[in-house]
Amino acid sequence: MEATIAIAIGVLFGSGVWLILRPRSFQVLTGLLLMSYAVNLFIFIMGRLWVNMPPLTVESGAPDPAAYADPLPQALVLTAIVIGFATTALYLVLMIGSRSVTGTDHVDGKETDQ
Amino acid sequence: MTLDWSQHLIVAPVLVPLLVAALLVPLNETRHQVKFLINAGAVAVQFGIALMLVSMTDGGHWQDGIGVYLAANWAAPFGIALVVDRLAALMLLLTALLAACALLYSMMRWSRIGVHFHSLFQFMLMGLNGAFLTHDLFNLFVFFEVMLAASYGLLLHGYNLKRIRAGMQFIAVNLVASLMFLIGLALIYAAAGTLNMADLAMRLEGLGGDQLALLKVGAGVLAIAFLVKSAMWPLGFWLPITYAAASPPVAAMFVLMTKVGVYVVLRLWLLLFSSDSHGAASFGADVLLWGGMATIVFGAAGMLASDRHGDLAGYGAIMSSGTLLALIGLGESGVVGAALFYLLSSTLGMGAFMLLIELVERSRNPVEAMLSLTREAFEFEETPDQPVGVGIPAALAFIGLSFGACALVITGLPPLSGFVAKFSVFHALLAGEVRGVGLAVMGLVILSGLAAIIALMRFGVRTFWASGAINARMHLSEVVPVSLLLFLCVFLTLRAGPMLEYLERTSATLHQPQLYAQRVLAEPAVMSASAQQARSDG
Repeated sequence: MEATIAIAIGVLFGSGVWLILRPRSFQVLTGLLLMSYAVNLFIFIMGRLWVNMPPLTVESGAPDPAAYADPLPQALVLTAIVIGFATTALYLVLMIGSRSVTGTDHVDGKETDQ
Repeated sequence: MTLDWSQHLIVAPVLVPLLVAALLVPLNETRHQVKFLINAGAVAVQFGIALMLVSMTDGGHWQDGIGVYLAANWAAPFGIALVVDRLAALMLLLTALLAACALLYSMMRWSRIGVHFHSLFQFMLMGLNGAFLTHDLFNLFVFFEVMLAASYGLLLHGYNLKRIRAGMQFIAVNLVASLMFLIGLALIYAAAGTLNMADLAMRLEGLGGDQLALLKVGAGVLAIAFLVKSAMWPLGFWLPITYAAASPPVAAMFVLMTKVGVYVVLRLWLLLFSSDSHGAASFGADVLLWGGMATIVFGAAGMLASDRHGDLAGYGAIMSSGTLLALIGLGESGVVGAALFYLLSSTLGMGAFMLLIELVERSRNPVEAMLSLTREAFEFEETPDQPVGVGIPAALAFIGLSFGACALVITGLPPLSGFVAKFSVFHALLAGEVRGVGLAVMGLVILSGLAAIIALMRFGVRTFWASGAINARMHLSEVVPVSLLLFLCVFLTLRAGPMLEYLERTSATLHQPQLYAQRVLAEPAVMSASAQQARSDG
């Protein structure tokens, strides 16, 4: 299970890195999205991979931390998703603005000389 | 039992800008004056709070000069702790001062070239203040994002082609840096099981083997995010383009944003890696040292090579941030106080310079300005106009004098605060154990000062001794902020003794990680009335 998810995150992040090095702004945006998916998954598995663990709930007596899934990475990943979503949306707006002002979707705002 | 009002003061620098920014959003853009006054009032309140926090941290109000505020009344390390110490209080004060100057400068023109300037300005202050106060790594990420999101908006404020191009790069670079921040956070949490800074510092001692290696990787990745902000070579290529594109008051605030990166490096590095008691002692010091030195060279070369004013200022900011990083990387406890003085002086000087540049450009005839730049390239002789008996116009005299003062502060020549800063840094370096690398840093700082003198002098000669200067019209609201920032530099020079003593106390606290752990982790949560009743009954 660890190997599968590690490869999945690696492929996502690697594709993202390749895409943000591309000259078209939409490719850069897609790359940023893929990278943020990879990072979100990465944060999530930092609470270790568990199967069939119940959430942390209030019970009588002191709970045994080993018997529950770690709630903190879940809280962190939620915040990270929201923030990543907002900043990516902002980049998208800027991208559209740049396209309409410069007339090209190149990241430098002008076509390179071929 | 309720908290003393002074405890709530710690969270006020975050809450005041948040509420004011939200209040400013629905106000119609046509009501400039009202929006400006509310914004200015909020900055004044933040200035007052920062002043009180400075006097309380230094005046023995809190034990060891460290005030702790437990957000949501959860004891650390489970909840988020806000911590104010001398350094945080000082940075809050610096932020409020620079914000007041930038805001006043933007009153007549720059706040009106787009919408929601005032809200974005307050959101940015909220992010900055929060980043200085928080003692939790994930909370730091959130405040960084608040600051960055506002800075994207401010950079694009007055939407033109130049700003869009700079914005595309700036936003993409910072989004990637934020992802690095998250990866670093996740690795540190996986290794140490905590995100509270003081708790992390304490747990380091118990770590070994794989866990420690994982933590080091995490800290390294995390550092990339901060070093992108503080523009360490080779992570700082975005900076000159961004600074040159931003409107002047925004650029002045951006000067502070690079210093936030340096601040976080300083705080975290001293807290986690400065003590010798664990396996990760002095981790990354060499990277900071050599990276900082490379940054100084890059900044100095950039200053010499730039022919536009905006670039000159941007490379100047890179140079000062490189100097700070190299001084932190030296790992000598005696240098930190002097380095903080340099931070104050260079931030005020660069802030004034960013604002001044626009006034300089306004005072130049556009055609002549272009000619004077191309003149050297084509080497054609200039026959000076015959001098006629006209005095220098007051506006031009003001610009010239301010430019001279800025140049003195930035290059570190006597008599202004830049000189005191560099002198005390050298003094601390020589007073400590003199190492070859310390001397190398000293040499680089001196040489970079020389490069800055040459670049600024060339700029000054071309601007003020060339023909074509026109008597620019400037408003009092643009003259006052520049004068105020320079006056603060003079004030720093005059009160250098007490200031350095304060900074030495700051540095002494920073070098005691266990002190933070004691104060933060032992801070009791406030008990509710019923719990208190139960305890007294039982």
